[in-house]
Amino acid sequence: MLGRRWRKPALVKNAALRWGLAIGTLVYLVIAVSTIDVDWGRVYEGLDRGAQFVLAFTSPDFVSRSADIWKGMMESVVMTIAASVVGIAISIPIGLGAARNIAPLPVYLICRGIVAISRALQEIIVAILLVAIFGFGPLAGFLTLSFATIGFLSKLLAEDIESMDRMQAEAIRASGARWMQWINYGVQPQVMPRLIGLSMYRLDINFRESAILGLVGAGGIGATLNTAFDRYEYDTAAAILLIIIAVVMALEYLSGVIRAKVQ
Amino acid sequence: MPVSDQDGTAIWRRRTRNESLLRWFGWLLGVAIFAVCWQRISESTTWFFVWDAPRIAGDIWSRATPPRWEYITQLGRPIWDTLNIATLGTMISLCLAVPVAFLAARNTTPSALFVRPLALFVIVATRSINSLIWALLLIAIIGPGVFAGVVAIAIRSIGFCAKLLYEAIEEIDHAQVEAITATGASRWQVMAYGIVPQIMPAFAGIAVFRWDINVRESTVLGLVGAGGIGLQLSASLNVLAWPQVSLILLVILVAVVLGEWVSAKVRGAII
Repeated sequence: MLGRRWRKPALVKNAALRWGLAIGTLVYLVIAVSTIDVDWGRVYEGLDRGAQFVLAFTSPDFVSRSADIWKGMMESVVMTIAASVVGIAISIPIGLGAARNIAPLPVYLICRGIVAISRALQEIIVAILLVAIFGFGPLAGFLTLSFATIGFLSKLLAEDIESMDRMQAEAIRASGARWMQWINYGVQPQVMPRLIGLSMYRLDINFRESAILGLVGAGGIGATLNTAFDRYEYDTAAAILLIIIAVVMALEYLSGVIRAKVQ
Repeated sequence: MPVSDQDGTAIWRRRTRNESLLRWFGWLLGVAIFAVCWQRISESTTWFFVWDAPRIAGDIWSRATPPRWEYITQLGRPIWDTLNIATLGTMISLCLAVPVAFLAARNTTPSALFVRPLALFVIVATRSINSLIWALLLIAIIGPGVFAGVVAIAIRSIGFCAKLLYEAIEEIDHAQVEAITATGASRWQVMAYGIVPQIMPAFAGIAVFRWDINVRESTVLGLVGAGGIGLQLSASLNVLAWPQVSLILLVILVAVVLGEWVSAKVRGAII
């Protein structure tokens, strides 16, 4: 037979590196898995409860705790909306400041710093600190979500402004526009569709996050959910989870429609 | 073109009268909704505490500084656990996300009518529930510990990975698939030589991206008892050991920033 049989080229060309990576991964896996001690007896016992929980989804109990669920849901929604509005309103100036092509260096550095801090701190950690400072209740949750929104939205908005078409902004400037007019007619129309899309997306994220802030006492449906788990009321927990999934799905659909419309 | 008439001369305007009226009404509605929301938040707030907030914040700050550096010797194991939760969780979720993605993508699903909606539901359901809630649930089922954390992260990441992956599958170049099919390849060979090589870069990118997110998420899983450094955080918070809390927060911050740096480097190398 002439020649050699065709073989699929390897993903990593260097043979030594390829084997090194494979062995390294294997060694890590062995070490990592061996440091996790799993109490299989406990898991076996728990499977029963797991089955109960899965079964609970077939008969979710919306009724017996409906007042608590309703109150928690309303609090989550209220927190989400208020925090999104405030967060977006604050992140627009910060986003403008964090775009290198329109902001002077000192402003740029300050705004980038704010973005970095907001992004590095996990929502739930911020919530713990804010609950300690402002006391229990939705105000701490509202502040947490607003703060988290700033990091997310300002960063993406700034990136969008940095990649905008300079010509259009220049044309507005050449007509003798003031700074505000320049932003309003030269920059804003270019980034508006994306800003609306991102805002909708963030609204969605804020709602999901609001569902866990209650675990640390910052208001919302999380507190109700936590209580339901603690009391092993799986049918109520299933009902709450189903509501969360339904709201997230609805929001996702809505934001898809709105994004398709503005883009 | 929308114009307004002023003393017989037409002046350019950005919007017609109806348009600006509609916009004005929209803003009014938005402000009203916000006002109602704010009203409800302020009703359930103890304003006395809020006015006291600067003093309390200052108090916490003075208690938390300087961090208790010697405590760091006890944080080695928790941070190792945290990284394991993130890494193992990501690996497991990728194994689970691949079949879900193939079932969800329009061009590879066996049945667009029955299987695809099911796969999409799995994606939405796992994505919309936070990893802390998954952890809470798993702790009730399999007991507290690192294992619950790994499983929680794994389940939570399925939706994210599968969503990005199925979008990548739907965007593949169909000509290559057809070329492989034309050689008489079987269904699995088409998959292995026509589809997989095209989505491999996307897959690697998604894996690293999700790992980065999972490092963040796994740092707080301990708050509900699912292992990792969050366990130390909640223990320190419960006894109000603020110097330990500040040290743990610093360690978490370093871990998160390092994770982000590693993921940026790896993604830069493979894409």
